[in-house]
Formats: sequence, C-alpha cells, structure tokens
Amino acid sequence: MHPALSVIFFTVVSGCGYGLLFATGIVLLLDPILFGRGETLCLLALGGAMAAAGLGSSLLHLGQPQRAWRAFSQWRSSWLSREGIAAMLSFAPLLALAWLSWRGDASDATRVVAGVLVLGALITVFCTARIYTSLPTIPAWHNAYVLPGYLLLGLLGGLAVLLAISAWSAPVWSSRDEMERLIVPWVDHMLVQWVCAALIAPLALAAAVLKLAYWRHLEAPPRVSIETATGLGRFGAVRSVEAPHTEQNYLTHEMGFQLARKHAQPLRRISLVLLVAVPLPLALLLLLPDLASQYWIGAGGAAVIASSILAGTFVERWLFFAEARHVVMLYYGAQGR
Amino acid sequence: MTTLPPPSAKKLGLVIDLDTCVGCHACAVACKEWNDGGEFGPLPDEHAYGKEPFGVWFNRVHTYEVRGTGNAEQGTARSGDMTVHFPRSCLHCETPACVTVCPTGASYKRAEDGIVLVDADKCIGCKLCSWACPYGAREYSEVRGVMQKCTLCVDRIYNETFDEYDRQPACVMACPTRARHFGDLGDPQSKVSQLVAARDGYDLMPELGYKPVNKYLPPRPRRDGCGSAATVSAKDENVDFSTASPLLRWIDKVLSR
Repeated sequence: MHPALSVIFFTVVSGCGYGLLFATGIVLLLDPILFGRGETLCLLALGGAMAAAGLGSSLLHLGQPQRAWRAFSQWRSSWLSREGIAAMLSFAPLLALAWLSWRGDASDATRVVAGVLVLGALITVFCTARIYTSLPTIPAWHNAYVLPGYLLLGLLGGLAVLLAISAWSAPVWSSRDEMERLIVPWVDHMLVQWVCAALIAPLALAAAVLKLAYWRHLEAPPRVSIETATGLGRFGAVRSVEAPHTEQNYLTHEMGFQLARKHAQPLRRISLVLLVAVPLPLALLLLLPDLASQYWIGAGGAAVIASSILAGTFVERWLFFAEARHVVMLYYGAQGR
Repeated sequence: MTTLPPPSAKKLGLVIDLDTCVGCHACAVACKEWNDGGEFGPLPDEHAYGKEPFGVWFNRVHTYEVRGTGNAEQGTARSGDMTVHFPRSCLHCETPACVTVCPTGASYKRAEDGIVLVDADKCIGCKLCSWACPYGAREYSEVRGVMQKCTLCVDRIYNETFDEYDRQPACVMACPTRARHFGDLGDPQSKVSQLVAARDGYDLMPELGYKPVNKYLPPRPRRDGCGSAATVSAKDENVDFSTASPLLRWIDKVLSR
C-alpha cells in the first residue's frame, strides 16, 4: 500500500497523543494533585495537541476536507466513523479535566473525569486499529497482530512522553530552604519517572516480540492467488501477459506500492533498534535511583527514550503501509500476499 | 446509510463470458464515453495527453495466459493452453465492504435492485472504500476529490426516454461478441441466471466472502486438439486423400510427382 505521509503522521502522532492522555489520565485517576497545576495542564495540552495534530493531518489526506463532518454519521457500520466520533468525544473529558486541574480540584469528580478520558483514549486507538484490521483485502493488516501493535506502540509513546515531561519538570534546588520546600514534589516526579521507566522496559520488549511475530506471520502463504482472483485456476497456472493500461492508474499507484525486500530488512532492523535497543537499556538505567535523581541524566535519558520511540514508531508505521499488499494487485500479476 | 439494506429480491448485475471476450476494450471505451457525460460524470483524466496519462475508468480489460495441464516439453504449446481476456469492473456485491466502511454515507447499496453507488456530493475522498474492495472497482478522481465507480449505467437502464433495447449498460451495448449480459441475477428464471446455470458461472475470489452478484462464465473446452502444436504438425504431415474428392486426388497426384 502507498505509504501516505499524512496517514502515517496521523496514526503515529495521534496514537502517541492518546497514549499520553491515557497515561496522564491514570496518574490523575490515582492522585489528582500528584503533579502541579502547570505540569498537569501541560501534559493535557500536549496530549490534546498531538491528538488534534494527527486528526488535522488526516484531513489533508481527504479529497473534500470541508465535508469531513459527514464522517461522524455512519458509526453503525464504519470503524472510520467510530474512530472520528471517539476521537472527538475524548476532547470533552480532556477539556473538563483541564478545567478541574486548573482549579486545583482534588475531588472524586476529577478522578471520574480522568477515568472517562482513559477510556476515551483507549477506545479511540482501538477504533484506529480496527479500521485496518477490518480489511480482508489486505492480509498484512487483517490479522491478530495489528490491534495489539497499535495499542502497545501508542501506550509506549505516551509513557515515553510522560516520562520526558516529568523528568524535565522535576524541581531543581540551589539552596537548603528550596530543597525542603520542593522535596515532596521532587519525590512525586521521581515516582512517576520510575514507574514509567519500569513500564517502558517490558513494553518495549513486548513490542519487539510482537513485531517479530508479525513479520513472521507475513511470510505465511497467501490465501488468495491470481488463480482464485480470476477463477481460471481450474484450467492451469495463470499469468498476466498484458495489463489493461500502459500507464499507472489509481489502483497501481495506491495499492501497488512495492517495497524491495532488500530495503525492508534494514528498515525492520532500524525500527527495532529505535523501539527497543535504544530505549530499553536507558529505561533500565533510569530505574537506578542514583542516576535518575540527577536532573540532567534523568531529563536527557528521558528525551532520548521519547524521541527514539517516536522515531521507531514512524519507521514501523511506514513499513506497516509499505509492506502491506492489496489483493487487487493479483489481477495485475502480483504473486501472493 | 452505509449499513446494508436487507437482501433485495432483485439483483441487477452482469454476466461476463470469458469464452467469447476478445479483449477489444470496446466495453471500457463505451463505458468511459457514456459515464463521462452521464448523471454521475464526469470521469476526468489528469493530463490526458501528457507523458503519463492518468484517469478514472470503470472497466479494465486484463489479458491472462493460462498454461494448460496437458503434457508437453518445456517451452512448447500444450493442450489446454489459452489466452483469456478478462474484463474487470464493479461486481455489485451482496455484502460490499466498500459500503460498510464508508464513514459518510456516500457509498450505498440500493435496497430496490442492489446496485452499489457513490453519492459524489457526500463523498469526502478518504479512499477507504477502495482499500476495502478486492476487485479494484473503485477509482479515485484527483480532479474531483471523490471516489468513482461503475453505476451499472443506472441512468440508462431505467431511462424511459430510451427504447426498451437501449435500456442496458453501455458496456453491454458496445460488446461486439456479446460477451456481456445484463439482467436480474436474483430471479432464477431470468436469461442471465439461466446462462449462469447452464455455463457454470462463478464468483471471483469467493473466499473473501463479498458475494459478488456479477458472474463470470469460464472459457469452453477447446475443440479437440485445437491450438496444440502436436495436432497442428500432425495435420500438416499426414493428410489422407483417399477419401477426398476426385479433383483433390488428381491435384494431389500432380503435386506429388
């Protein structure tokens, strides 16, 4: 499938944004005033901005973006419509939560709204993945590995950004008075960073295992062939000798994207390095209190983890499109998958 | 509404005869011509006369080589080898995923006759329907910013200003070998249904479960040995003149001297 940058940017950035809202929502659900007002608002704003940027980018992919509102109408049958609605509805608890946090509300109301946001973020990414997994025409998407992949990478990205924001905004003191005043928020930041790093390490490993299993699955023999596509298999082996048109058409352009195998392998390795090999050891290092408690090590390590995971998700998502083959290309003589 | 209507009794569609199709592309051209000016048109091309012409067509005619299962040495013709011309267009499926994935309601399947259509005024051009179609029936128009597809010439087949005979899709009208047949495949007594029954008409990619309404008729078995290298050369060498007419026997005698 043609890897359209607008769609790749959309799934990566909004996936990470909803992952961040999911993680922030869980923090607020457990302790509404764990972070200061400024940090909570910053986290919510960043998550909302990423979600909105992704959605905005997906509009660029449309031929008639001014009619995009119509996409909210067919939730009964369409995962794309459901995703649009879930994405939009999630902004209600997000805004409510921002307002409650701004007021410094620590009541159960904040916890309930945070819970709704967590649910909304989860449902949105679930719907995004279902758009792809519901297409039997693209075997590389129509399998059990894709949905967990979207959820896992979204959560991984969200946790990495939460880790980075928490590490960057950790208090630094220059005097003993300041230290006594800031020690409680500092301990809170350390706790969040520690939990994030403790989650990122196994999740990154799980993502690697999942992607390896997914790529293995792509090697499986295809269910449809040029013989079943044409129905001529009963007469013998079928080969396309002449295409209907001498130039490209929409189908060959959109569905006929060919990624050379020799390029797929290095790109797979690059995505694994960025998703696992870089962040995993760094996350483990940040679990050591002596290292994590030093501001520049914590903040720097978190920044590297977050940018590496985001870049790795971009490569992974580009491959997700570029490696996927559409069955219509069988009519044009493509073999398998 | 992109939820599917209950299955209609009437299922309008095409039956395409791969035995008689000669791959002339007349259906594709007639389709392009009619629909360009039809109710759902135009079907614009981008740089039609440029280096790389690119545009929307509802009909595409492929050509396949089928290697027969007969025995022969590598590289020579075998009995059962054939060339098959293969027109491909919307199959107006009974369970069209292109309709159910549509987020806007622009794609719909008509409850009364099962025709699958796109409302160009509602389509947002997200292209998801074209991803959902295994048959490549939908082509996106960069110029109009919407998805376009075969309408089964809905603006012809119900057109009461036309003679009865002309109320058929343009592709069917244009086919010089009558390889395309239009009718109600929901009615077992209709001509097209009987043709499908008589000729073992089949579905494309049935394993995907889209339940296409359009059917394809397989090529008939070739006449004994027709086209196979072995029989052609045998005929050349051993022509039996003993039963031929006296005139031919005389010519044979003269030429054999």
